[in-house]
Amino acid sequence: MTVGLEHFLILSAVLFAIGLYGVLAKRNAVVILMSIEIMLSAVNIAMVAFSRYGQFITGQVFVIFIMVVAAAEVAVGLALIIAIYRSRKTVDAEKFDLMKW
Amino acid sequence: MMGLDIAFWILAVVSVAAALAVVLMRDVFRAALFLVLCFFTVAGIYITLSADFLAGAQVLIYVGAIGVLIIFAIMLTRESRKGSPSGRLRLPALLIGLLFLVTMVFVVANTDWHVVEEVTTEPTTKAIAESMFSEDGFVLAFEIAAALLLAAIIGAIVLVREK
Repeated sequence: MTVGLEHFLILSAVLFAIGLYGVLAKRNAVVILMSIEIMLSAVNIAMVAFSRYGQFITGQVFVIFIMVVAAAEVAVGLALIIAIYRSRKTVDAEKFDLMKW
Repeated sequence: MMGLDIAFWILAVVSVAAALAVVLMRDVFRAALFLVLCFFTVAGIYITLSADFLAGAQVLIYVGAIGVLIIFAIMLTRESRKGSPSGRLRLPALLIGLLFLVTMVFVVANTDWHVVEEVTTEPTTKAIAESMFSEDGFVLAFEIAAALLLAAIIGAIVLVREK
């Protein structure tokens, strides 16, 4: 069976589902951020696959922008986690209640 | 074509296994190393899709920058003997993930995609640059991305600065 567009899309869906599970189920905030990165990579695979099998380059341009946003997101996210760790001495997402009242 | 198919299957299996290891490992540091492996295999998948520029960018940005950043954050926030346990929402999360997966596979399998089978082996760098910087391209988005990166850097510095 030759590999086609469907294979790449299903691989992308599998990776996205794994990332989704990680984001919802994990308690360590750094692992949640890592799962978000897996989800972004999954979306990128789908974009590049559409770009390859549709013969238009815009999908790859979008992937570059997603990479920029992912880098910004991970920098700010990790800075937030380190700031919370300094004041709370924990990275457990279920113990983050600073914005509850 | 046969070689590309074999490469795809190997990369797909390794990337899914690495992603599973990220969410299932109890040790956060090992999870981060598996995340780096996952990023590497995704770069390989870009190569099988003949996206050479993106494969290079993936290795530089994800493996080089984001991987190192995450490992640094783990070292700075290491909790003694806690690891990365699952929360109370484990079963609902599993259910939602599976539901999403089944829906997506159903949609992908039942859609009539119009695909172009012939492979372009030319470098994509020039095509991406032309698409990005041409008259009706993404120049404005490019400038906004630069401003976003600057804002993110300043924000990160302000957040972690000692009082």
